[in-house]
Amino acid sequence: MFTALIFYMFASIAIASGVMVISSRNPVHSVLWLILAFFNAAGLFLLLGAEFLAMVLVIVYVGAVAVLFLFVVMMLDINMVELREGFLQYLPTGALIGVVLLVELLAMFGGWAFAPDIDALIKAPTPTLDQASNTVALGKIIYTNYVYLFQASGLVLLVAMIGTILLTHRKRTGVRKQVVADQVNRSTSSVELRKVQTGRGI
Amino acid sequence: MFEIGLAHYLSVAAVLFTLGVMGIFLNRKNVIIIMMSIELMLLAVNINFVAFSSYLNDLVGQVFAMFILTVAAAEAAIGLAIVVVFFRNRGSIAVEEISQLKG
Repeated sequence: MFTALIFYMFASIAIASGVMVISSRNPVHSVLWLILAFFNAAGLFLLLGAEFLAMVLVIVYVGAVAVLFLFVVMMLDINMVELREGFLQYLPTGALIGVVLLVELLAMFGGWAFAPDIDALIKAPTPTLDQASNTVALGKIIYTNYVYLFQASGLVLLVAMIGTILLTHRKRTGVRKQVVADQVNRSTSSVELRKVQTGRGI
Repeated sequence: MFEIGLAHYLSVAAVLFTLGVMGIFLNRKNVIIIMMSIELMLLAVNINFVAFSSYLNDLVGQVFAMFILTVAAAEAAIGLAIVVVFFRNRGSIAVEEISQLKG
């Protein structure tokens, strides 16, 4: 009963903030609603017993991705009125496609069933809480059975980092910087030594 | 009604996914909102993964949800970098103008 109330609270707030993400006029507000949606999804994860993923969702999404969105939205000087044009024009199509998709998805939930040999297909049974916590259990299979995938996801992040730096880095013109190699390589013929007598200029 | 089952979580995920798809259609001109909609869809997929993982007592679903999280973070970073570069060149992020990027 109590769990059900908590579930409905998280679910309704997540869906409501999802609606606000796509319908609010100001993209900054959209990002903030997105953060709320992520928080409530993390709450749902907690209810499902995935504590580690819930915390990762809060740290990675709210702490990194959403803040990144916020930075970009605020840094770019965007004309919002222009970008909002056609919202009402696209509304019937979007609503129609959304309703069709939702009806199809919900109809699918009415008609499916688990395979009869589902228990034999389970790869990594969740240990009970007195054996290992969620984080320990996840770590035990990530670093053993799924170590290649784990490394591959690290590689994905590395490529993303290199790509992002490469894309956004730019050489500014008109900025004078100290180039040590140029200074060291100056030829001695370009420098002239003169004796200056005391009390006189050159 | 008060017994929360797998179907409840799947329904929430379905609604969130639909919202993401609708967001792409409604905000056709704003790349940033489109990317936020994509994040919503990925979140819905993650809820599906974790719900199945929890109800089947199989941890693999959570492992894959974590990989989705990684890929989503990388995608957001690269996408936003492209948006920033495009804005520097064009002074706008309208989607119609992005077709000018082709060679």
